Amino acid sequence: MTEKSPLTYRQMASDAINDPRLQGSIANIQELIGNNAGPALDQLPGGRNARKQGKDLRQETLAHLDVHLAALAQKIRDNGGHVYFAEDATAACDHCIKVAKANGVKLAVKGKSMVTEEIGLNHALENAGIETVETDLGEYIIQLAGEKPSHIIAPAIHKSKEEIGQLFADKLGIDYTDDPPTLTLAARKALRKKFLAADMGISSCNMACAETGHITTVSNEGNIRMATTLPRVHVAFMGMERITARLTDHELLLALLTRAAAVQKMATYMSYIGGPRKKEHNDGPENFHLIILDNGRSKILADPAFRPILNCLRCGACLNACPVYGKIGGHSYDSPYPGPIGAVISPLLFGINKHSDLCRGETLCGACEQACPVQMEIPRMLLELRTKLADGDPQWQVKPHSYMDKLTMVIWSLANRHRLLFKCLLSLAGTLAPLFPETRFFPGTIPPPLQGFRKNKGMGRITGKSFVTRFNHQKKPCSHAIQYKTVKIQESCTPEKKEGCHAPRH
Amino acid sequence: MNHPYTVSLFATCLVDTLYPGTGHAVTSVLHKCGINIDCPPDQTCCGQPAFNAGYQKEARRVARHFIEVFENSKAIVSPSGSCVHMVRHHYPLLFKDEPSWHARATQVAAKTFEFTEFLVNRLNITDVGAHFNGTVTYHDACHMNRGLGITEAPRQLIQNIKGLTFKEMTPSDKCCGFGGLFSVKYPEISQSLARDKAMRIVETGADAVVSSDVGCLMNIEGILHEMKPSIRCLHIAQLLAGDGHD
Repeated sequence: MTEKSPLTYRQMASDAINDPRLQGSIANIQELIGNNAGPALDQLPGGRNARKQGKDLRQETLAHLDVHLAALAQKIRDNGGHVYFAEDATAACDHCIKVAKANGVKLAVKGKSMVTEEIGLNHALENAGIETVETDLGEYIIQLAGEKPSHIIAPAIHKSKEEIGQLFADKLGIDYTDDPPTLTLAARKALRKKFLAADMGISSCNMACAETGHITTVSNEGNIRMATTLPRVHVAFMGMERITARLTDHELLLALLTRAAAVQKMATYMSYIGGPRKKEHNDGPENFHLIILDNGRSKILADPAFRPILNCLRCGACLNACPVYGKIGGHSYDSPYPGPIGAVISPLLFGINKHSDLCRGETLCGACEQACPVQMEIPRMLLELRTKLADGDPQWQVKPHSYMDKLTMVIWSLANRHRLLFKCLLSLAGTLAPLFPETRFFPGTIPPPLQGFRKNKGMGRITGKSFVTRFNHQKKPCSHAIQYKTVKIQESCTPEKKEGCHAPRH
Repeated sequence: MNHPYTVSLFATCLVDTLYPGTGHAVTSVLHKCGINIDCPPDQTCCGQPAFNAGYQKEARRVARHFIEVFENSKAIVSPSGSCVHMVRHHYPLLFKDEPSWHARATQVAAKTFEFTEFLVNRLNITDVGAHFNGTVTYHDACHMNRGLGITEAPRQLIQNIKGLTFKEMTPSDKCCGFGGLFSVKYPEISQSLARDKAMRIVETGADAVVSSDVGCLMNIEGILHEMKPSIRCLHIAQLLAGDGHD
């Protein structure tokens, strides 16, 4: 893929901003879940400290990740399962196809999985002639529509019930309705046939356990349990960081996950799966394969600045708190991982230059860090990414993002170390500013980097005068200089000093 | 109110160049509280624009200048939560590999205070004898709130102003979309957030919106003015400097 220009990202963002229905949907989830997840997390034993404990557990596990993964793999193999460590997306997809072909699989049903979205599994399976059906309702909707998920937890948040009604009428051959229960039943009916006919079930893993040798799946629809028990073959995918050392760690981490993701004390379905079904079991797959994916995670693990991003539970809480996500929606991020988590992990996994807009297109307001159940310092990591973009970074193969920006910053830095130069540039700005009077008469005259500033009305404020200089030239500072509604100057001020006593213009 | 303080005012680059009224209001309030003020003439910027854009080398150079200008001050007061957050929390990180500068940065960081924090938490002043006839709402600037953890000091000061009715907007702590250079690079996103913020302000029916960062006010002001020109955007120092007479 070629590097994207800011305009593309900005254009996608603008489209989302100008879509009132999308704005309504995201506002809804941010209000319903975003506003309530924090208080729900605070109700855990330990209150705010629960998140710190969760973070510590994740960090402790990551510090010995190799040991835990080896223990998990060994236990699963002992239980008759197969484990494959995939270096990258291609290796993971190829292995899944190999397993499918070896087992004569023609139809696969899938539970919702971000990691398979990351590696493009559906596409790879379809190319290999294996029909693949998403069974999470939201994922099913966007698969039918040929779209991509736009939220980690609510993948079809961008679709209205009317759009879904039309989609189902077209694709499932039912009469048009926009009644959600009727549409859900229609999907259920269509999916039930697929579940019963499928040869292979594909799931992700929310959190594996090294101690017991299980993966866990968490869902509310029951589709993952069906997908992992009905078909003959179960292939589970997990990012290599999604593991804990001990079973007892799950109590806290899964509680953090479900509260942060959906304001639930626990999910409707939580399954522990450690291998194929045994003789005494009534159901379950005959073959169980676990594919553990690296795909760039080792590199993140090796960099202390970014390692904490592997704490992520993929709960989506940061999306539900982020003001920028709230405006631009998931598709603007052009990555399987949108929102604040996506703004950090997408550049790290897929290229920092490629996703430079994600690194730079956030306000650093800190709402994501505040919302995160495992206290990931997302703003700090965004700053680290920006540092790499600014000056380049051989370790991460980053090229300097913009020589013009660099030059601007060098000049800016020079001016801010030499007060005389600072004042000269300010005077120059004061002289030039009236030439661009809100660009009302010369709309094209503002240089592009300053257009945003103009929209802030900052340009109109530049007078070329400095408060600091004025203050130091005054014998007696103007007291009570501020007035409301009208600008009123105290008599003690000399005319020359009046400008400095202005209240902001309104 | 006699306090043996001479504080150095770090006006911030935005106040210095664009919002002198805020600078005068800060000096006015501090004088009223019996504080002597100096305003080091060589001051410029804290370095945050470069730092937030990733240009750490350039930010570090400006930070060294800031430290040199202010390190002999007893206390540094600034009318910007964001700049104080930069000095307090990011300076020590900027110099983590330079021990001597790190020590100097840490010393400066320890005596740099946000304006309302200085009044309320250092001087125990919650009433500066100001008057304002009207309803006011307060925008929690992100770095002030999440960076410095200051939410109560400005509210205490506002609520003690005679004649003032305080009305919270919901939510008060959502980003206005400024984000420094973010608002220049991604104006569509920035302005859409400012529009949301302006709507929340209008909903309160307030006569004025007050904040502790002129950056936020600058971002909100244009759109708010289009939406409802009668609502004023004021830095909290301007509100506190007011005597209620129009």
